Amino acid sequence: MAELSIREALGQAMAEEMRRDPDVFLMGEEVAEYDGAYKVSKGLLAEFGAKRVWDSPISEAGFTGLGVGAAMVGLRPIIEMMTWNFGIQGFDQIINHAAKMLYMSAGQFNVPAVFRGPNGAAHMLAAQHSQSVEHMLATVPGLKVISISNAADGKGLLKSAIRDDNPVIFLESEMMYAQKCEVPDGEYLIPIGKARIEREGTDVTIVAWNKTLPLAAEAAKALAEEGISAEVIDLRTIQPMDEEAIFKSVAKTNRLVVAEEGWPFATVGTHITARVQEEMFDELDAPVVRVANDFVSMPYAEHLEHAVVITAEKIIAAVKKVTYSA
Amino acid sequence: MAKGVSKDQKIDFYKQMLLFRKFEEKVGQAYTKQKFSGFCHLHIGQEALAVGVQQNLRDDDYMISGYRSHTQAIGKGIAPESVMAELFGKVDGCARGKGGSMHMFSKEKNFLGGHGIVGGQVPIAAGVGFAIRYRGGDQVCICYLGDAAANQGQFFEALNMAATWNLPVLFIIENNRYGMGTDITRTTSVEKLSERALGFAMEHSTEDALDVLNVYDHVGKIVEKMRKDKKPHLYEALTYRFRGHSVSDPGSYRTKEEVESYRAKDSILKLGEQLVAEKIASEEDLKAWGKEIKERVKQAEAFADNAKIADVSEAWQHNYVDTHS
Amino acid sequence: MAVVVEMPKLSDTMEEGGIAAWHKKVGEMVEEGDLLLEIETDKATMEYESPEEGILLRIVKDAGSKSALNAPICVLGEKGEGDKEVDAALAAFGSGSSEAAQPSEEKPAAATPPQTQTTQTQAVPVAAAASVATNKKVKASPLAKKMAASKGIDLASVNGSGPNGRVIKRDIESYNVAGSGSAVSAVAAPMAAGSVIADQTLPVSMMRGTIAKRLTSAKNDAPHFYLNRSVNMSTLLSWRKDLNAKKREGDPKVSVNDLVVMAVAKALRAHPAINVSWQGDHILQRGNVNVAIAVGTDTGLVTPVIPNTDLLGVRQIAVIAGELIGKVKRNEQVDYTSGTFTISNLGMFGIEEFTAIINPPQGAILAVGAAVARPWVGADGTIEVQPRMSMTLSCDHRVIDGVVGAKFLKTLSSFLENPLGMLV
Repeated sequence: MAELSIREALGQAMAEEMRRDPDVFLMGEEVAEYDGAYKVSKGLLAEFGAKRVWDSPISEAGFTGLGVGAAMVGLRPIIEMMTWNFGIQGFDQIINHAAKMLYMSAGQFNVPAVFRGPNGAAHMLAAQHSQSVEHMLATVPGLKVISISNAADGKGLLKSAIRDDNPVIFLESEMMYAQKCEVPDGEYLIPIGKARIEREGTDVTIVAWNKTLPLAAEAAKALAEEGISAEVIDLRTIQPMDEEAIFKSVAKTNRLVVAEEGWPFATVGTHITARVQEEMFDELDAPVVRVANDFVSMPYAEHLEHAVVITAEKIIAAVKKVTYSA
Repeated sequence: MAKGVSKDQKIDFYKQMLLFRKFEEKVGQAYTKQKFSGFCHLHIGQEALAVGVQQNLRDDDYMISGYRSHTQAIGKGIAPESVMAELFGKVDGCARGKGGSMHMFSKEKNFLGGHGIVGGQVPIAAGVGFAIRYRGGDQVCICYLGDAAANQGQFFEALNMAATWNLPVLFIIENNRYGMGTDITRTTSVEKLSERALGFAMEHSTEDALDVLNVYDHVGKIVEKMRKDKKPHLYEALTYRFRGHSVSDPGSYRTKEEVESYRAKDSILKLGEQLVAEKIASEEDLKAWGKEIKERVKQAEAFADNAKIADVSEAWQHNYVDTHS
Repeated sequence: MAVVVEMPKLSDTMEEGGIAAWHKKVGEMVEEGDLLLEIETDKATMEYESPEEGILLRIVKDAGSKSALNAPICVLGEKGEGDKEVDAALAAFGSGSSEAAQPSEEKPAAATPPQTQTTQTQAVPVAAAASVATNKKVKASPLAKKMAASKGIDLASVNGSGPNGRVIKRDIESYNVAGSGSAVSAVAAPMAAGSVIADQTLPVSMMRGTIAKRLTSAKNDAPHFYLNRSVNMSTLLSWRKDLNAKKREGDPKVSVNDLVVMAVAKALRAHPAINVSWQGDHILQRGNVNVAIAVGTDTGLVTPVIPNTDLLGVRQIAVIAGELIGKVKRNEQVDYTSGTFTISNLGMFGIEEFTAIINPPQGAILAVGAAVARPWVGADGTIEVQPRMSMTLSCDHRVIDGVVGAKFLKTLSSFLENPLGMLV
């Protein structure tokens, strides 16, 4: 065990997998000489050399497609998006090609590639640099979507993602790269598709992931002081989703709040809500409430940004609503 | 002609082109008889390019293409039966009836697919070239695209990476002069599409592709060089499709005279005349081969007719690879 | 051999084709690839080249006409062939034996994706929960509905504490302690004139809150009317005295109330119109007679139920009532919800006469006072002293009319005054 930041844990995961498998390579903007825009790939060029760590041109569609092609003939690319806002330029390759290759070819060509980078809003980066893409990609069959909230999960899930034979979308956060926790040394794999209970509780379930996880934990702590016991679930994998974990928790608490970044329309949260009412209708003591950013583009000014993004206070208000304790 | 072509090779080229022509004619008829539906883009008129390129390739070379790729797939080694069965949506097709006309695939034959998003296959080809370099092989990757795909952004991004990193990909623009029904001159600023490569300091050429011997020779030189120096090449192949963009195209955007002028240059016709003139074959031989190939195509159609459809459970397979290392 | 040329499908959306013009005449030689005709599709007029070679023997569809896809439009054949061969070819085409026939294998049957396969289920009436089934629009959370069904609670009788009166989990949980609609014993606070003792604010307990809500709604929803009658208890009291004097080891002591409970149960069996419940769009007439008895505790009022009371003897009633009261005092779980009629007896506190609030969803409640010695004008006109007990029946006028209630009270009075009547 060592205390590592998320960026260190992700770097460690990539380094371990590159040592293990010579077919793994990293490509993206600034990943080599610059050590990564957010220093996630720090030291990889030094250890593995220019053959395996590639600075790409500013060509998201191009190098995303390059990753798809290389994966089709057996390499295991890690394609870094400096941010998923830029990654949207590569959506044609991800959605039209990576996701469908196995299916169109009836199982002949799989795409064992990882497309990773920070997702969602950072701070005062305005409309074009603050978007969340998980729901856009989780809706596409053929893709797996992972979104991490801490260093240990980051390491265990990135290693699993690199070994997975399917295209995996791996979502991080600029705001969280420095956050530290104990991370197991060496071989540490977390299965894709398994949620984690961050905190146990009895009165309400809060499902969160990535940057909303610490907000949910903060809300749960404050609610405990008021006598409301919240169970916090870190979803960790969006696609395939660990519905079992959510259902099990809701069976216990009878109430659910989903806390997510991004806009509130047709999202991962709406999907969870739909599934819970389909499968757990008789267990619900209150309507499921979703908390997300507001349905507007991200403003720049700090107070405006704060007004539209999800906060712990908004999560607390939602919990009070579903527990009838407002 | 730098590369010598034997008599047998010429006969082979002729038969191969005729097979592609008859195959596509049969496909067109089958479509009109409603043996299958969806989109159907025929390659009739462009056979010389497919054959001329194919004859320079090894089994371990790669090929990727757009949605007009029935015969390129056959050229890369997929059996005509398998391609016809795929068109008919049968489980014996090369993609088990899940790809159809636009998505022929064979892992065994290194045919990485017909693709339906115009230009989408181009960066994928760069990735294949990247993998060849990464592993130190001497294969090449053929990437077919249409003239209209040369205006897609991904095409430029892929050419830039291929040229910068020396990725052994032969990008072949099949310039049949029309992007669907739009004359190339109305959408494209350059006269020669190969000049797109100038922006990336990439080797390039614009060459006639109606004469199979010319294609064979030209591509032969490019491929031979590429196996050694890994440098990509952009080849604009000047060709012409005799049929519409798809089966449902009335062809109102071009004159009959234009179509006829190209039909007069038909590579199959020309090579047949040459074989007779050079006394390599007689008229009777040509007729006999024609009959033989018609039979061959009928055989493929019969196979596809009689092939089984997939169990409906196939619809939910191949969403994900279940196991991972 | 004559070959039928069929209307080709020339676009992905084409459903029929029009013959725009024939470019060959009957009798003319047609080479494969020759322009044969022009066809109007839904998209354009297309030139159609002959897929076969031969002499045009017959035009089946003239210019200007329309044809279904893959229907014959003309017939080609060899020199020397005529109508006979053409007819034979068309007949063969129609019978599906021609070369152009559709492939013979079956089209894939439309199948239901496995993940959405559903088994047909029929709604099965839940017999046990029948008394809970109500069409009255009650807002309740799905969980509360499920809990209410399993506990046999009528949601309409539960006051919802959620938004817009939604019944939620905690309402069902606390429903247990709510009960009788009878008046709650009030402790008179000392009211010294000019007292300067400060007022106290007391918290509302869960039970107290529930009682408040339930009784308010009972009184608001059910239009009450009251029927009062007193009975001569002398025979019953001597009966009781006799019973208790002759009781054996282990037999319970029978109280006046036990006898009243028995009489009420027998009277309810005789008058099912009292053993009813208003359900909004229908009236539920209960099959069983389950008499609930109001029991005051330190924290409030509850109504434990003696099931199938009419089938019990008075000693059995005494035993069960004794057990129930013991459990209530010890805060143990008892059945509060299946009662069909409630008796509230404050006679032991010297109350002579009072009225009670109905315990929903029941239709009536009986308020029983103390047996008090009074002068009474007998049937023969003489005045004698009798132990008289006053009873007031509160009825829900939505389900019980005055005459029905009066008849019930008449039967009950006769049972109490002449207990032998209960045996017949």
